[in-house]
Amino acid sequence: MDFGISALALARAQFGFTISAHIIFPAFTIGLASYLMVLNALWLWRREPVYLRLFDYWKTIFAVVFGMGVVSGIVMSYQFGTNWAVFSDKAGPVIGPLMGYEVLSAFFLEAGFLGIMLFGRERVGPGLHMAATAIVALGTLFSAFWILSVNSWMQTPAGYGINAAGQYIPLDWWAIIFNPSFPYRLVHMVLAAYLTTAFVVGAVGAWHLLRTPQSEGAKVMFSMAMWMALIVTPIQIVAGDAHGLNTLEHQPAKIAAMEGHYESYPNGRVPLTLFGLPDDKNGRVNYAVEIPLLGSLILTHNLTTPLKGLNDFPAEDRPPAAVIFWTFRIMVAMGFAMLGVGLWSAFARWKGWLYEAKWLHRAAFVMGPSGFLAVLCGWITTEVGRQPYTIYGLLRTADSVSPLQAASVGTSLVAFVIVYFFVFGSGTFYVLRLMGKRPKDAVQVEEIGPTRSAGTTPVASTPKRPALVHKES
Amino acid sequence: MITDLATIWAALIAFAVLAYVCLDGFDLGIGILFPFLGTRADRHLAMNTIAPVWDGNETWLVLGGGGLFAVFPLAYAVVMPALYPLIIMMLLGLIFRGVAFEFVHRTRRMQAFWEWGFAIGSMLAALAQGLALGGLVQGITVANRSFAGGTWDWLTPFSVLTAVALMTGYALLGATWLNLRTEGMPQLNARAIARPLAVGFVALIGAVSLATVFVRPEYMDRWFGWPAILYSLTVPLLVLAAAWALWTGLRDDLAGRAFLATLAIFALSFAGLGISFFPNIVPPGLTIAEAAAPDTSLKFLLVGASVLIPLILSYTAYSYWVFRGKVRPEDGYH
Ligand code: HDD
Ligand code: HEM
Ligand code: HEM
Repeated sequence: MDFGISALALARAQFGFTISAHIIFPAFTIGLASYLMVLNALWLWRREPVYLRLFDYWKTIFAVVFGMGVVSGIVMSYQFGTNWAVFSDKAGPVIGPLMGYEVLSAFFLEAGFLGIMLFGRERVGPGLHMAATAIVALGTLFSAFWILSVNSWMQTPAGYGINAAGQYIPLDWWAIIFNPSFPYRLVHMVLAAYLTTAFVVGAVGAWHLLRTPQSEGAKVMFSMAMWMALIVTPIQIVAGDAHGLNTLEHQPAKIAAMEGHYESYPNGRVPLTLFGLPDDKNGRVNYAVEIPLLGSLILTHNLTTPLKGLNDFPAEDRPPAAVIFWTFRIMVAMGFAMLGVGLWSAFARWKGWLYEAKWLHRAAFVMGPSGFLAVLCGWITTEVGRQPYTIYGLLRTADSVSPLQAASVGTSLVAFVIVYFFVFGSGTFYVLRLMGKRPKDAVQVEEIGPTRSAGTTPVASTPKRPALVHKES
Repeated sequence: MITDLATIWAALIAFAVLAYVCLDGFDLGIGILFPFLGTRADRHLAMNTIAPVWDGNETWLVLGGGGLFAVFPLAYAVVMPALYPLIIMMLLGLIFRGVAFEFVHRTRRMQAFWEWGFAIGSMLAALAQGLALGGLVQGITVANRSFAGGTWDWLTPFSVLTAVALMTGYALLGATWLNLRTEGMPQLNARAIARPLAVGFVALIGAVSLATVFVRPEYMDRWFGWPAILYSLTVPLLVLAAAWALWTGLRDDLAGRAFLATLAIFALSFAGLGISFFPNIVPPGLTIAEAAAPDTSLKFLLVGASVLIPLILSYTAYSYWVFRGKVRPEDGYH
């Protein structure tokens, strides 16, 4: 059986599917790890039990999501070899060491201190527990640093040479790591993770405020999340704009696809296409809704710089425009919707309604998944926009694939789809159920008991009643 | 030779794989033994003994794979497609194993399902690793810098034998770990299971060693040529000594000794594999030197590794120390 589809198409589908599933978890855990660090610090500093309660509440959710992040990540690190063997052989000398550093400096750090963060408060004491929590958060950021450096190098390769065997070899590590698009991508992605988390936390807070307006935990969550939305979203929009300028410089075909420009504009004065239906075959956008001049202002920040359209790139070097055009618009729409919620919350806060504004709470609840949607759409824009290359301008996707039979790749793809939907679907269900409980229901502070010395057993706890023991009680 | 970066890296990757086998070995072993662990409470207790550390243990697998990608990209690019079905099977097994630690505590209705997911996931992963080991020792067909064999080349009686051996070894590691970390009935049960496993494992190591020499002619030379002959004469004696330590450890209730002796048997067998392979990284034809990335790559990662690996080992040890001692049913690591 060969499904009538090539091994290449199946390998692409498999990569796209498994990485999309994976990124959902890091997008949340990167932000949540930092949030937990803040909650724990607030608890140690202010000694208000609500922070400890929130810490334990989100800690349980973090553990479930982190577990899914780990297992889906391991799939990714083997997938380069299984499905993209030629790519691995050629790019390994350059990007392999960066991923090696990710394992050594990030994954071990996260894994080594996760146990202490989750289960060790009473065993190591508050100081070391705080340190472990901070280290886990740091680990997730290191991880983002290295993997985004790898990905950015594939988008904007620099600092390399080519040897007799056809491999890319490192010449200048600094240029490789800090390749031209890396700073933009790193900032944009880390902010994206923080926003994703903020909107999930905000939605959970809003949900509980709608049902139990008195809940102190819900108020604290909601307020913290809305501060993040207000402050971080504008920064993200500025960062996204800078990212776009950088992409225009290095990957003009991608920008043309994002903007839906098939024709070139040799004299500048580019309109902004709001909506329309890109048509690759005929090289035009049907039913376009355009605003004159605005495209130039956004893309080049002046009116006269010329812009090259897709039709002026060789047909075999053009990315497919429709997907890129639409995913980009969804991401930007999410960004502006987030900004709207942030501003609305600022207004409500100023008026003193923050905890009573039902419609704000409803809006924040609906926006819960917006971060995930924006992250997925952003990545699809980036990755499909890099096509037809895996390493932009150097190695074509079609030349990267392993010598495998379509039947093997197809079978494993089906297996991944079934297992992922089932396992991660169940996990998502458990996470949602945990979020449905009020912070108070999940942890009973009254049950704090006496502590024994390190190395002996902490006080009893059962699945229904998580351990909550700390030295100070 | 010591100054040869590729050889240093081969040793480091080998170390990562050995660390993985030892550490995740007892995790997977507990999964393999799961159906034999008495009551549900005992099974949860067994999972709790590894809940705080399994993620760190599994990370050595990421270092083994990711490290191969970084410093021996050609080997990575050849081995992964050659063992494709096994790698997929291992990954799927590890997914079920990994999520189970959290999921079993998040549901009542599906609890039994995730418990079995833990057990079967562990078994699948161990089986895949054992078959992969056999497939690698047999050798992989390479042409033009890529895998040139068939999808099922790895499936032979030999690889089945290595898989049985590895699974038995993991189960033994799991049993001696539980013997160390639990008390009362679960401990007695673990000890009772460990005895037949110990006998079986030592016998299987003998069988695999014998079979290896016949799988490829060059292994015969590497084992019985000079100076390997020194090793091949002493190693069976050392394995027997370790087996004796294991046996008396189990008999005299010296749980630490029994566990360490099992680790020693693993390390000795692993060194034996090293003898068979060297100087190849992928038998029969791909050498360490050929597969290595350019020196610039090797050097760059080595600088970090020489600082970070000792650091990792120390904080890993610290984390084990924090969670030391007997684990009791009421500890509830979830
Ligand atoms: C921007 C962030 C980001 C991106 C783009 C990726 N990852 Fe990831 N990954 C993380 C951020 C992250 C993380 C935050 O560090 C995770 C998520 C949850 C977790 O456990 O750690 C993680 C886990 C994780 C793990 C398990 C680590 C462990 O054992 O603890 C592996 C092996 C990978 N990832 C590998 C990859 C590969 C090969 C990717 C690309 C193809 C990739 N990740 C994309
Ligand atoms: C984490 C978020 C990411 C998402 C959602 C994502 C998404 C995608 C998608 C949808 C494709 C398929 C594109 C197509 O075939 O048209 C793809 C391809 C690919 N991406 Fe990414 N990607 C992500 C991160 C990365 C990273 C971090 C790397 C490298 C380190 C990477 C490397 C690749 C490779 C090698 C391919 C395969 C070749 C191809 O099909 O184009 N991706 N990705
Ligand atoms: C409204 C303002 C925004 C603008 C102008 C913007 C701009 C961009 C651009 C130009 C890219 C493509 C990068 C490339 O060329 O490869 C991108 C990618 C991306 N965007 Fe946005 N973005 C915005 C909002 C958001 C929001 C709100 C999120 C998530 C919460 C987000 C998440 C992402 C992600 C994850 C990527 C892929 C990774 C990367 O290339 O950095 N973006 N964005």
